[in-house]
Amino acid sequence: MNKNYALDIQDLCVEYRTPIGVVKALNGFELQLERGKTLGLVGETGAGKTTTGLSILNLIPNPPGVIVKGSITVNGENFLEKTEKEMEKIRGKIVSMIFQDPMTALNPVFVVEDQIAESLMLHEKLIKNDAINKARQMLELVGIPSARGKEYPHQFSGGMKQRVVIAIALACSPQLLIADEPTTALDVTIQAQVLEMMKQLKEQYQTSLLMITHDLGVIAEICDDVSVIYAGTVIEHGSLKDVFEHPCHPYTEGLFNSLPDLDNRTAKLKPIKGLMPDPINLPEGCAFYPRCNYAMPICKMEKPDKSFRTDWHYVKCHLYKNGNFSERKIGINE
Amino acid sequence: MSENNALLEIINLKKYFKTSGGMLHAVDDISFSIDKGKTLGLVGESGCGKSTAGRTILRLLEPTSGEIRFAGEDIRALSAGELRKKRKDMQIIFQDPFSSLNPRKTTYQTIAEPLKRQGIIKNKSELADKVIELMETVGLAERLKDTYPHELDGGRRQRVGIARALAMNPQFIVCDEPVSALDVSIQAQILNLMKELQDHFGLTYLFITHNLSVVNHFSDEIAVMYLGKLIEKAPADELFDNPIHPYTQALLSAIPLPKLQQKRERIILKGEISSPIEPKPICRFANRCLYVHGRCRSEEPQLRIVSSNHVVSCFLSE
Repeated sequence: MNKNYALDIQDLCVEYRTPIGVVKALNGFELQLERGKTLGLVGETGAGKTTTGLSILNLIPNPPGVIVKGSITVNGENFLEKTEKEMEKIRGKIVSMIFQDPMTALNPVFVVEDQIAESLMLHEKLIKNDAINKARQMLELVGIPSARGKEYPHQFSGGMKQRVVIAIALACSPQLLIADEPTTALDVTIQAQVLEMMKQLKEQYQTSLLMITHDLGVIAEICDDVSVIYAGTVIEHGSLKDVFEHPCHPYTEGLFNSLPDLDNRTAKLKPIKGLMPDPINLPEGCAFYPRCNYAMPICKMEKPDKSFRTDWHYVKCHLYKNGNFSERKIGINE
Repeated sequence: MSENNALLEIINLKKYFKTSGGMLHAVDDISFSIDKGKTLGLVGESGCGKSTAGRTILRLLEPTSGEIRFAGEDIRALSAGELRKKRKDMQIIFQDPFSSLNPRKTTYQTIAEPLKRQGIIKNKSELADKVIELMETVGLAERLKDTYPHELDGGRRQRVGIARALAMNPQFIVCDEPVSALDVSIQAQILNLMKELQDHFGLTYLFITHNLSVVNHFSDEIAVMYLGKLIEKAPADELFDNPIHPYTQALLSAIPLPKLQQKRERIILKGEISSPIEPKPICRFANRCLYVHGRCRSEEPQLRIVSSNHVVSCFLSE
């Protein structure tokens, strides 16, 4: 494998085996995050974004969740071959995760500095006093006066709580940070503050960041590369510029067209028709074909392979089967 | 502004809540009007009082003071019985289609309930026809009539909520964050539907949201709230092209745009919204404002007209 990847996921398949059927959450999912970069994983509810984040830390609730096959490689080590004891040493130390909802990610009965100190005592083997001191430094770093470390989560606003969660995640200087919709629960002005802060801290700590979000605006703001996920598969991947300026997959096109355009206020929105497919009963062939405006007979029968537009930008769509990217296949609102 | 076209007029509306720390000024002296068939977007961040305003207007919450005139009639003067009749004309669509539907009622029962309760339709087969017609109007297949909310996805659930609101054939609908809980591709479907219904039935909307790109797409006029106060109001284009209040400017600049070109200069506000409990009579935005000066901390700015239809409350505009 390429040593420059902070995270390399290959052919990952995750299922939830429920009484009503097998939910195929991830199907041959792959993803590469270059060291020190930020990769945006964008998709809608139920696409498998959060399952991806949880799989990396081996936190999929089992049962019903099962990682069927694949590899998740960080630093040349396959996490799927680790024991639970070994994973405990990895979580919070080498890989940290920020969850969407800061209201439930914090423990309501402990003051926040104790919650930050906890991982420092566990991973860095600091004694309590040193850990608390470091915790207070972390609070200052995320823009909270250290005196407030003695307060409980309910005494903080939503934006402040998310800052505390970020402080916990960064306390042991992880190499890889997974942020699952970190700003979705926040107001726009607070979101702008938190994104700005994450950008700075990422530079300072040289952390690689996997940014999971449904918001293309957030992606444009903070990411270097983008992977678009649909029904458990990455259907398009490339640099920010590739995906935003040359979107190739009809689903990517649909996502852009669904957004109200601030420059063209009266334009009627062009939603993607239909709904996400039922993950218990995924269509054969391309999972997107029932909603696709460009569907061809082959789409129904065969899963599309990768077609590369550049070395780094690929799309899984039969429209580009012969590698012909020169013609414009899809129409983006212009 | 032509007074006679206004379907809804709100004059000096206040809603205070008693808390252990003192009076919480959720909605503090706001006034606006909406013309028939138009949409007013009410925007602001969590806790600014926008949802409380929407609920107070429908008297789902009793106002502390102020006037609510609907088609010329004072809503506050109505008795409980009269108000119930009036509710036919004034409906609401809630944010969360997961908690605003009764989990033990089928789609059919949910839509039929207001029709029965208001005694509009008594005949059973007529009722069935009406419910199916409403389901068609909002794009729900007839086969879904016996489904329970947990069997429906978010977009369909919101369609049930819209059908329920439309059942009364209302003139006015308060839409409280109707698409915030939905995915973008579904969000666009619902927004298009609401727009079509407006054109078709001549509906008047009060569209409450924190999502500025949605409100911009949807509204004729936009009012911005901050800590219970209405701080700026203008036609949608005017507000986006020429925001005057420093908070409006920051809010607009904070929208993350899904575009690479045209990166705007971002105004990052410091600090967070202050407490709405017993606010001092000064500018409520003063502690976060980039242009704050002495007067902002000693006096409360009032709404002033800066150009036709554009009002703002900020000393800088004077």
